Amino acid sequence: MKQFEYVIKDELGVHARPAGLVVKAAKEFESEIVITKADKSANAKKLIALMGLAIKQGDRIIVKISGEDEDKAAAEMEKTLSEIL
Amino acid sequence: MKIHSGKSVNPMIAIGKVFVLESKDAAAKKIKTESSEKELERFESAKLKAISQLEVLYEKTMRSVGEEEAEIFEIHAMMLEDDDYNDEITQIIEKEKVNAEYAVATACEKFRDMLIATGDSYMQSREADIKDISDRLINCLSGKNLSDIELPENSVICAEDLTPTQTMELDKNKICGFVTAYGSENSHAAILARTMNVPSLIGVGEEFLSEIENGTDVIVDGISGRLILSPDEDEILKARQLIEEKEKETLRLRELIGKEDITKNGQKVSVFANIGTPQDLPKVLENDASGIGLFRSEFLYLGKDSFPTEEEQFLAYKKVFETMNGKKVIVRTLDIGADKKADYFNLDTEENPALGMRAIRLCLTRPEIFVTQLRAIYRASVYGNAAIMFPMITSLFEIKNALQYCGEAKRQLKAEGTSYNENVECGIMIETPAAAIISDILAPEVDFFSIGTNDLTQYTLACDRQNPKLGEFSVSNHEAVLRLIETTVKNAHSHKKWVGICGELAGDLNIVERFVKMGVDELSVSPSRVLKLRQKIRQIQ
Repeated sequence: MKQFEYVIKDELGVHARPAGLVVKAAKEFESEIVITKADKSANAKKLIALMGLAIKQGDRIIVKISGEDEDKAAAEMEKTLSEIL
Repeated sequence: MKIHSGKSVNPMIAIGKVFVLESKDAAAKKIKTESSEKELERFESAKLKAISQLEVLYEKTMRSVGEEEAEIFEIHAMMLEDDDYNDEITQIIEKEKVNAEYAVATACEKFRDMLIATGDSYMQSREADIKDISDRLINCLSGKNLSDIELPENSVICAEDLTPTQTMELDKNKICGFVTAYGSENSHAAILARTMNVPSLIGVGEEFLSEIENGTDVIVDGISGRLILSPDEDEILKARQLIEEKEKETLRLRELIGKEDITKNGQKVSVFANIGTPQDLPKVLENDASGIGLFRSEFLYLGKDSFPTEEEQFLAYKKVFETMNGKKVIVRTLDIGADKKADYFNLDTEENPALGMRAIRLCLTRPEIFVTQLRAIYRASVYGNAAIMFPMITSLFEIKNALQYCGEAKRQLKAEGTSYNENVECGIMIETPAAAIISDILAPEVDFFSIGTNDLTQYTLACDRQNPKLGEFSVSNHEAVLRLIETTVKNAHSHKKWVGICGELAGDLNIVERFVKMGVDELSVSPSRVLKLRQKIRQIQ
């Protein structure tokens, strides 16, 4: 399992558009990708659930990736997050 | 004639005819079915149809409005493909043996409730998106189509609330206003009304919907917040005049963009804007404010469940300083307490919060909060023309202590090797009678004064700002208030310090001339009032 932390820099947080882009990126991989904020988690491939986390600017999220392509997925997810959020 | 009132989203006025948009709940009646398979197939084909509609809509919106507004439809298509949403619908069809329409409506309710439960206002307004995609599915299932609606000219769209689909699929050339029973300022109808620059009233209440039908004559008055059903001659005449004046005024005001804030005899009086968050910046730029006279930093703290981090604040300040591109930005340090509260501060309940532990008093009592904010401001100060202002000052020692904390923040940054601007101006709000009266003593300690007329009025006249019944007693242009302002301006100038006004009174066009004659150097008002104030100043002899 791979894991990394990310602090949201985008002013509006994970609103609809970036949530959509995160899901799009996550769906490229076989691995299960779970995003955790405080005590709540959501599958990064599920848009509505991800939006339900209400992630804001300044929030620290933990991304956990497990599966065959986890190395590639972790690198790619971290890159995507830093580009859009 | 019948009049209702609502919250105005755009201060425009229009005369038109009612067009009622019905909500579509009727189509989702529960029908038991024998063949779940057939309903699943209907659902799948409706979903494909809905997604292809959204693709068309995306293209159309992209061309007619812009990418930002169009994106919502791309998101909608993704939501339609969301695993959880699909699983829920499929399960309801299979387990309850019901029609697809009913399954979609039931799933819709579940997900809307989930978003509402986040307690986050942005996410809560997304529940409208869930409703929108579900309605689209139901319409595809039942073969109805919104864009089949033929709108007559000058339609005033009336509805309980509007979804993005409704607002986009309607023919905008024929819409002259929106009225909704519910809705928020972040709702799609409100955003669209602002983009289209048509009047819009929200939160009018359900009652009006039972009093109208298609074709009812109506005035949407976004200036006074009134909805006038079947208006009489007199109201129509008045509305026509207002529309004409508005058009002329807009043209006149746009011409003032890029012009100097200067009176006819050459006195410079800068017109600045007040903001709460970086999101207000587009309005500031659009109205060409000469700077930001009041950045109410407490909005970075409100509506959260923990303190904003230094990094979070730094990014917000940096954004504002950078956007203003060298124009002055005055950040007022945390003004929390009294009417503005956040739970995580754990403030005591006070009998008289306006006279209690608020603003600078709170900051000096809990320096860890204060120093975090000051560090964030100083770090961001290298990105523009920053100034710092302390609220609720009554005594000299408060200024001295506050400045010590500024020194502390700078020392820390220096020790860490973080860059900051050494020459950030530090000033104070003059919003208590005490500060105004001893402004001669305070002036040497600061770089500038900014007079907060709202609190100055409250404390001078002993009138609670929060008590709406005090209207006639709470007059902000009271001679006592004006004399305190005059004293403050005089004392600032005799110590060669500049002085501004950042309360509501600064934008009062009837009194601006008096401020200009007193020699006030800067007036800061809400962005939408900047150009009007510039116009007034340029007329003064």
